[in-house]
Amino acid sequence: MNTTFTLGTMHLKNRVLVASGTFGYGNEAAPYTDLSRLGGIVTKSVSWLPRQGNAPTRIAETTAGMLNSIGLANVGIDAFISDKLPFLRALETSIIVNIAASSIDEYVDVMERLESEEGIQGYEINVSCPNVKEGGLNFGTRCDMTESITRELRKRTSRTLIIKLTPNVTHIGDFARACEAEGADAVSLINTLVGMAVNIHTRRPVLSTITGGLSGPAIKPVALAKVFEVHKAVSIPIIGIGGITTWQDAIEFLLVGASAIQVGTASFRDPDAAAKIAAGMEEYCAAHGVSDIQELVGGLRIPEGVAAPGFVKTR
Amino acid sequence: MPVINADLRVTANDLIAEETWTLRFHSPELAAQLRPGQFLNILTSANVDPLLRRPYSISNVVGDECEIMYSLVGKGTHALSQKIPGDTIGVLGPLGNTFGYEKSFGTAIIIAGGIGVAPFPFLTRELQQREIPLITFLGARNSARVVSRGLANLHVATDDGSEGFHGNVIAALSAYLDDHRVENPMIFACGPNPMLKAAQAFALDRGIACELSLESEMACGIGICQGCPVERHQGERKFALVCTEGPCFDSNDILFQEQQHA
Repeated sequence: MNTTFTLGTMHLKNRVLVASGTFGYGNEAAPYTDLSRLGGIVTKSVSWLPRQGNAPTRIAETTAGMLNSIGLANVGIDAFISDKLPFLRALETSIIVNIAASSIDEYVDVMERLESEEGIQGYEINVSCPNVKEGGLNFGTRCDMTESITRELRKRTSRTLIIKLTPNVTHIGDFARACEAEGADAVSLINTLVGMAVNIHTRRPVLSTITGGLSGPAIKPVALAKVFEVHKAVSIPIIGIGGITTWQDAIEFLLVGASAIQVGTASFRDPDAAAKIAAGMEEYCAAHGVSDIQELVGGLRIPEGVAAPGFVKTR
Repeated sequence: MPVINADLRVTANDLIAEETWTLRFHSPELAAQLRPGQFLNILTSANVDPLLRRPYSISNVVGDECEIMYSLVGKGTHALSQKIPGDTIGVLGPLGNTFGYEKSFGTAIIIAGGIGVAPFPFLTRELQQREIPLITFLGARNSARVVSRGLANLHVATDDGSEGFHGNVIAALSAYLDDHRVENPMIFACGPNPMLKAAQAFALDRGIACELSLESEMACGIGICQGCPVERHQGERKFALVCTEGPCFDSNDILFQEQQHA
């Protein structure tokens, strides 16, 4: 059975990646899972300078989900290269570095530093963090900014370039189209949805930043609809993200059009979740006579005569 | 020693005081390697609601069994209280650092507030095995919530005066030290943040070494979610993570913000 997937210049051994910000830099979870069973690791976001992150409280559990407002806490590019990359580089899995920045120049600077480093197969560009004041969501909710960032980065790398999209926009398909037009190899979606929790005893917001990003099983239906929408809009591969906790969830994402998936919040419940999902997907394929998992991608069967919802713009 | 991420069998789950429970589970591997101060991240259900694990201090180890103590707070602890012997819970650990019981001091002063008593039966046993003298100050809302098992040389303080000293646990300790000479003491404290903040100030004022075991909202327990920061008093990094750099901290290293004890 073929589980492999070629994305730009990167060859993934399977369709299961771990999502940025939910798996650190790989070393933390290593005692609890076999990292070589993953298709790839998307690192915690890396910015030019270290970021201390937001004050507590940073997380809040919600119904079948969680809010976070970490604020892109990360070690910065120098420490990433000296302290984190050697471990990642030695792993038998693909390494995708997630880059966060507060200006186009910063994205470019971080990428150019990484271009001279071995052992990185791709980049995922975070234009959609809802929890920082500068950059982040400000870029991801403006189509022209998303377009410019993609263009500037595409010029500077032949490695796989993935743009991570936010669901906090009206027509996510327009953003995916902009990425495709500027040469992105893939789009990944969705980042978290802006959400909020309130403590009725103190009458305060639970999170120090008032709002945060909602993730977990609670957002899976939204994520599926967004992947479906983007699949109708572009022909570049889509990496589906959003509440994937079981292999069944992963198969759903493939059927609506994702070529690969990322496991996020589920890794907090079980650091071995992504490896288990990869194994479960293989068993499903074996049981259903699927010889190449690519057969499932976009394989959603829509009954004849049923039109796509009006907001879905077909390419 | 191998880390554990497994469904383990519950052997006992008992109500021991008002809304306070101890739960035991069988794990020779964890029993052999857990140390006082460490914690476990526990998943009560295969359902996704509640979604996240909950961190629990290890309260004792008895033979091949490990014990945690909890009070009923929300849906996680409610689900835990429904467990009966033979059920399983998902256990990830051992996690975090240990109390500094190997440091050089003469007498251990344990300060526990509410369910913050959880790690101290295990620490008490360790100190007794090392023949280190200890005094314990336990604060509780009322007499019905006093959990004295596994503790030694106990002084109780209750908010309503229904047992022991009428007032907070730091005031009880302060009164005790006014009347008694304690050689080369070191404080080990665990409880709600206002109590820890008071313990920190008291230790600083009296020049007593002090360790605080912190609680925090936590998702992963292993340093990947970055969800459990505590502000550091000094140094290059503004925050430390409770899960991987704690939960036990030198009280001088920690800065309590207003927000943290809301």
